[in-house]
Amino acid sequence: MVRPRILILRAPGTNCDAETAHAFDLAGGLTDKLHVNRVLENVGLLSEFQVLCIPGGFSYGDDIAAGRIFGGQIRHHLAETLTAFREAGKLIIGICNGFQVLLKTNLLAAGDAAGPTATLAANDSGHFEARWVRLSTQPGNCAFLNGIQELELPVAHGEGRFVTRDDDVFDRMNGSGKFVLRYAAPAQTAIKISQFAIAPTVPYPANPNGALGDVAGMCDESGRVFGLMPHPERFVDWMQHPRWTREPARPAGDGLRIFQNAVRYFN
Amino acid sequence: MLWEIDIHPAEGQLDRVAERVATAAREFGLANDLRVASARGYLVEGDALDRAKIEKLAAELLVDSVVERANIRQLSATEGQADGGALNGAKCVTVLLKPGVMDPVAQSALAAAADVGVQPTAMATARKYWLSGASEAEILSVGSKLLANDAIEQVFIGALELERLELGRPYRFESRNTPIRQLDDAALMRLSRESQLYLQLAEMQTIQKHFRELDREPTDVELETIAQTWSEHCSHKTLAGRISYTDENGERRFENMLKETIFAATTAIRERLGADDWCVSVFEDNAGIVRFDDEFNVAFKVETHNHPSALEPYGGANTGVGGVIRDIMGTGMGAKPICSTDVFCFARPDTPASELPPGTLHPRRVMHGVVEGVRDYGNRMGIPTVNGAVYFDQRYLGNPLVYCGNVGLIPRDKSFKQAEPGDLIVAVGGRTGRDGIHGATFSSAELTSQSEHISGGAVQIGNAIEEKKVLDVLLVARDRGLFNAVTDCGAGGFSSAVGEMGEKIGAEVHLDRAPLKYEGLSYTEIWISEAQERMVLAVPEKNWRAIDDLCRSEGVEATVIGRFVPSGRLHLYYRDNCVADLEMRFLHKGRPPVVRKATYSASQSRPLSLPSKENYTDDLLRILASPNVASKEWIVRQYDHEVQGGSVVKPFVGVANDGPSDAAVLRPVLGSRRGIVIGCGMNPRYGDFDPYHMAASAIDEALRNCVAVGADPARVAILDNFCWGDCERPETLGGLVRAALACHDVSIALGAPFISGKDSLNNEFSYQGNDGARHTIAIPPSLLISAIGQVEDVARCVTMDLKKSGNLIYIVGESRNELGGSHFALVNDLSGGDVPTVDPETARRTFAALHRAIASGLVRACHDLSEGGLAAAVAEMAFAGGLGAQIAADRVPRTSDADHAAAILFSESNTRFVCEVEAASAAAFEKCFQDQTECRQIGAVQSSSTLEIQLEARPIISASLNELKQSWKAFMHA
Repeated sequence: MVRPRILILRAPGTNCDAETAHAFDLAGGLTDKLHVNRVLENVGLLSEFQVLCIPGGFSYGDDIAAGRIFGGQIRHHLAETLTAFREAGKLIIGICNGFQVLLKTNLLAAGDAAGPTATLAANDSGHFEARWVRLSTQPGNCAFLNGIQELELPVAHGEGRFVTRDDDVFDRMNGSGKFVLRYAAPAQTAIKISQFAIAPTVPYPANPNGALGDVAGMCDESGRVFGLMPHPERFVDWMQHPRWTREPARPAGDGLRIFQNAVRYFN
Repeated sequence: MLWEIDIHPAEGQLDRVAERVATAAREFGLANDLRVASARGYLVEGDALDRAKIEKLAAELLVDSVVERANIRQLSATEGQADGGALNGAKCVTVLLKPGVMDPVAQSALAAAADVGVQPTAMATARKYWLSGASEAEILSVGSKLLANDAIEQVFIGALELERLELGRPYRFESRNTPIRQLDDAALMRLSRESQLYLQLAEMQTIQKHFRELDREPTDVELETIAQTWSEHCSHKTLAGRISYTDENGERRFENMLKETIFAATTAIRERLGADDWCVSVFEDNAGIVRFDDEFNVAFKVETHNHPSALEPYGGANTGVGGVIRDIMGTGMGAKPICSTDVFCFARPDTPASELPPGTLHPRRVMHGVVEGVRDYGNRMGIPTVNGAVYFDQRYLGNPLVYCGNVGLIPRDKSFKQAEPGDLIVAVGGRTGRDGIHGATFSSAELTSQSEHISGGAVQIGNAIEEKKVLDVLLVARDRGLFNAVTDCGAGGFSSAVGEMGEKIGAEVHLDRAPLKYEGLSYTEIWISEAQERMVLAVPEKNWRAIDDLCRSEGVEATVIGRFVPSGRLHLYYRDNCVADLEMRFLHKGRPPVVRKATYSASQSRPLSLPSKENYTDDLLRILASPNVASKEWIVRQYDHEVQGGSVVKPFVGVANDGPSDAAVLRPVLGSRRGIVIGCGMNPRYGDFDPYHMAASAIDEALRNCVAVGADPARVAILDNFCWGDCERPETLGGLVRAALACHDVSIALGAPFISGKDSLNNEFSYQGNDGARHTIAIPPSLLISAIGQVEDVARCVTMDLKKSGNLIYIVGESRNELGGSHFALVNDLSGGDVPTVDPETARRTFAALHRAIASGLVRACHDLSEGGLAAAVAEMAFAGGLGAQIAADRVPRTSDADHAAAILFSESNTRFVCEVEAASAAAFEKCFQDQTECRQIGAVQSSSTLEIQLEARPIISASLNELKQSWKAFMHA
């Protein structure tokens, strides 16, 4: 098996780098953690890696807004490098703060003359939310979600409410299959998610932030750039599940499959 | 030029901030029909900034145009109008930080502005509100009581008019002496008070004598250094002092009370363990350290940050968390923080605003501010907050308590440190500002209604990301062996950090070399500033280049400010002027012993007359709904409790993830199954009866919480945090000594060593009442016991939720008629009775037996019995598991005086658990307890959705799970 090299890109305030590296290691990747300053000094470093991961945390304190400063650094200094990275058939994943960062670059949702088209705004509850959610997928060509229909994962964020600039943008993104991951209702009250739903259809707290269309994660057209608010790296082992003492054991945590997909992509 | 950028929610976006203000104004009775709009604002200053540049800055950096819109205005020009958002014509209120208060967002924005090609010279953040539907007077009171805190913020009403952002002004050096040699006693005490030294007469006289011998006056910074080193906060002089204690057994004299009670217990346990001693470092370093596995030790410390949190709840709690994390970072050669625990004591949040004494903040505001402060620091640091508790009592009105704890993981060979002569003194992290001046001495004083004004400078705002950056480089530098010692700048700032590290060597520090946030700080301010996020390293000269390079590579500032020199003296310089020359010996050993009297007289015990009732369902529902017992999920879900990926037993468990866990379990080493267990015990209500039994009960509770989830009781270490009233009163100190005696006795009996502790005395609040008289509110005796346990294989851990119908329900331990201080007494407004006591020998056997049962996989669920007793515990287990239960109260093992239904149901006797056991395991389970303690099957899990408890075949409690859970959750959004 080929063990792809994974770059975990750190910034000041990144705080999920260790467990994210652990998840990739478990999945069979070879991980390195690098501070963004090293990459800014030498963008050539990226060429040694097959997967770029921007992990969770509070990059630059999330000062001004979540992911704003780190996202700006990438937009101003690394946009071309990352576009080339994707075009070379490599994978990029942003988890939680990483998703917030990716959305501020043009890799997931390109802006237009009128400015950015989508954002992750403050949760409807008005504060940080740490809780477990159920997720359903529409994987399409998303390399990370290949073969995954549903997942249980924890969320932990204050700014995760996916919003588009207007309904047209939402419909366009939805139509092109970008919304690959959505919050789902609790198992007992499963309701069918409308393909074209705009307003949240899953009530709080199952949709923990009030995201439009219950969007929890999105993918670009290539299927190789993926951003999500939930934390797959926090559920790679069954004993991380909140009900592991009462439910039938699963061989691994649901989140591990996302990392395994990334590794398998190169095999 | 100074520009103002207001950022409003865009059309169609909710204005949550405004909603919260309007709700709070109504709830506090400040204004009933207030309409509010809010905006975030930035003030941007720079000579070359035109409108186009500001618009670019707004569009590309500051505003999210999908959900926000900006209004830009040049201040000090007529151009542009402040935009009232949805409420044009309303009164505009702008809240700005006072000059010198930390503004991390502005700092980050200023740094990031360069990326968009705009370079302001200064930035500041602002909050803006537009208020209507209220009178001018109401708006003023909303402004000062709700929108801003006078300790750190200033309010401008109307359009903002400012010429420029006020930063520092240049400082002109002037060496200052404080004449002391000629002062009489009254003048000495006046100096102590007015200079905020808060030293006692004997101490002032000792200093006077010292300088008379030196034949000179002290400099201002010398006096400050002595006051800080000798402060209660830094030296714990009362509890480590001479105490003559009298109680019903006569008089006992202590040379060093702590040493002869709490430390002595640890020493006895370590001697008993001999070669198996698993304590590594106790009561020496910033935190206690115990063995974890072959590779790592764990460090644990709990601090309080009460006084700052009383004045500025958000900033106080925020820096409380930041401070205890730095304690862990500064333990040994630096530990990696792996989880936090936070315990709060507040007055009830539904206290009518009219009952507030002057100078206090509303407890609801305190509670929300504290929760948010803890949340924002812990979450940003990426440290899971896994455990905690909240207690409510009206005596916390003037003195809320905020206990912040942190656990660290440290390689075994990095657990000790020693600065060497010749090492450079290196300051790492945040810059020094005028924040937190006099925190160490202030926290040792009593709060008054004037404190807000006297001590505004003691209040700080944290910047978690600065600390995270320091942590990232610190651990790398530690593993590369680049320094010999590290400590944090906590209370007392450089003075305390350098003073401690150099105590046995000597040090010289050049204060002008410390990097400053802004100009204008005097050498004294630099020395005693408690600016956050700073660490001090002792670095061999040959490693300086490597440390500097490492720090630079991650954007952390490191500066050589001096050197440890083998002089035995502390020399401070400012631009080559010597401003202090103190003997280390005098500084650290010169303080005269504090001698105190302590008395304890038992309060008259009164019987509690129990009501005779047919049915106790309503009592149970009211206990579940009472603030101390009720769900704290609204708090816990704001804390990231799973970051770092080690979470095994979460704060909330059960079928709907909302049942209250007894303790948290986590795996600090990913990939290993060895776990850390964190629990706590506290019950201030018991202290009103007898502090001895309160302390014993708190230890028992902390241990049983840990044991209930699977911790090995032979490997639990504990911490003491005493928060008490004014200990110059013999009876107040007497209660504390009595609690310490219990700590000694129970710790030894249970084999649970104390490894670290802290005290916060003088938690009293005095004010002038409407009647013109002076009133004082003293907090109840508040001892928090925090416990850190270990579990060999986390796969053996159990949670408290009922798992499967048909399983058997057991009670472990004996129930006694101990309803004194209970929640049954609380909700029924009953007084008197006997407070729960601990039989340590039974407790030790019970914990060991239960651990054998859990480790053998015989227990499906386990919950400890605490507030609300058996009934509350079974109810919580049932609704957490979504399964009913049938209980026969007759079967509960009890003493002969505990036959009353209320005693069986609600007594809070210690050392008891409820366990769920599969029928097939019943015999093996019972065998674990044979000859050890009481253990009896009292019922079974049912597939129904009701809890029924019977006595003599009649139901005395009968409630649906839904009803029980709703009551327990009703307090949630208080």
